[in-house]
Amino acid sequence: MKRYEPIIGLEIHVELKTLSKMFCGCSADYFGQKPNSLTCPVCLGLPGAVPFTNAQAIQDCIKIGLALNCQIAENSRFERKNYFYPDLPKGYQISQYRWPLCTNGYVDIEDSQNQKIRIRINRVHQEEDTGKLSHLDGITAIDFNRSGVPLVEIVSEPDFREVEQVRIYAKKIQQIFRYLEVSEADMEKGNMRLEANISLREAGESKLPEYRVELKNINSFKFMGDAIEYEIKRQQELLEKGEKITQHTRGWNENKKETFVQREKEEAHDYRYFPDPDLLPLKIEKLEEIRKSLPELPEQILKRLQSMYGLSYYQSQLIVSERFLVDFFEDAVSLGEENKISAVDVANFLINKNVDINKVSPEEVISQITFKKSGIISDTSALREVVKEIIKENPQAVADYKSGKIAVIGVLVGAVMRKTESKADAKIVKELISELLS
Amino acid sequence: MFNKEDIKKLAKLANLPIKESEYEKFASQLSEIISYVKQLERIDSNQVEPTFNVTGLKNINWGDKVEPSLTQKKSLQNAKMQRNGFFVTKGIFNE
Repeated sequence: MKRYEPIIGLEIHVELKTLSKMFCGCSADYFGQKPNSLTCPVCLGLPGAVPFTNAQAIQDCIKIGLALNCQIAENSRFERKNYFYPDLPKGYQISQYRWPLCTNGYVDIEDSQNQKIRIRINRVHQEEDTGKLSHLDGITAIDFNRSGVPLVEIVSEPDFREVEQVRIYAKKIQQIFRYLEVSEADMEKGNMRLEANISLREAGESKLPEYRVELKNINSFKFMGDAIEYEIKRQQELLEKGEKITQHTRGWNENKKETFVQREKEEAHDYRYFPDPDLLPLKIEKLEEIRKSLPELPEQILKRLQSMYGLSYYQSQLIVSERFLVDFFEDAVSLGEENKISAVDVANFLINKNVDINKVSPEEVISQITFKKSGIISDTSALREVVKEIIKENPQAVADYKSGKIAVIGVLVGAVMRKTESKADAKIVKELISELLS
Repeated sequence: MFNKEDIKKLAKLANLPIKESEYEKFASQLSEIISYVKQLERIDSNQVEPTFNVTGLKNINWGDKVEPSLTQKKSLQNAKMQRNGFFVTKGIFNE
């Protein structure tokens, strides 16, 4: 039996969170809005309407390109991609074909066997989103609020050989969008969408197969993994039977857990791309300024956490998973320095305890670690509760204290110490008692 | 130059309802038009940049400002079919 190797490429679409749409002044924040309430002659494709390019979107697209190590074009243009589908009121989508903003980038990923793989990025280009279709009992309902929302497409080369690599890559790109703050990149809301191209070739063959099957409209990492696995198996069975696979587009049916034919794939020339005469060419200026405005990216932070704080790759990766967690970690580390708590202790605490960092402060984390290490409770808010209880339980001592017998505070401190099995920080307890009784 | 198959494909791409009886006629008309335009090939245009815009302007951009949109009612007012605020078209079944 022949052995086959999957050849997989990924296209990622991401909606930018600009204020207005790509080519008009309608709000781009369409989620949950009344259907067709964020439209105008431009995004409805009415005759005579003239589009303008949103400069913020262009800048965001360039930021993505820079973060993915792309070359940024000096001159760029929009073209019309012509096809008929009800989600497209103009009969064409404004996109980029021959003059994309960003080309020839790469992303390095590391799989679960710690193997480093470089995924080449063919292009990152700017386009507009289409309207949203809902199919119900024989009709199709269209909401054009999404029509014209800035959309960036990131096209990888077919450099993936395993599903796991695709998942790691897609998550990494999602993380980059969030660090750049150009998109929420929420798959469930449809801010980020994936399309995979899959074909198989015989193991040892170096040429790319003559066909590829495109999997469209996948809105979760899990479905994408399932769909690709299914498709690899399906194609393998066909090839083993000696059948030829044609180029086409398939969707994923989550209920049946199988892919299905959507449409025969158009060739690029069928789209009859041509420069949009309504839109003026772009000359990219201030590229260095944009480059300088880039925030520290996950990859750089990953390296910094290892070199600066001595964290392992695994620890660093977990902390980098969210920008907020990185800040939280670094705040806690600098607080911990005074208490002789190492960065590794902080990282371990955050990772192993699975702390909900939305509910606790870096200060609380540090005092919890201090307690764990020394057995001394120095967390003021925890001690305050104990002190309150003691005050309630000792009305006589409280009355004495209030009448001027300050020395009675020793009784209250003693009570707190008994209750905490002598683990409370006596100095803080004393302060709290005087504070609460003053 | 153009045959029936070409016309069939072009009609499909352009979403035009062309009858099969018209294929022949359009094939010859389109061939005529193309061969007329083809005269341009006699000029050496290797050194000429294609013209996509005539104003010479660049970077006339929009500064990411929200402007009022049409109301839902206005947006739908010329729609042939609508329902509950949506434009409606006959079912698209390939999804």
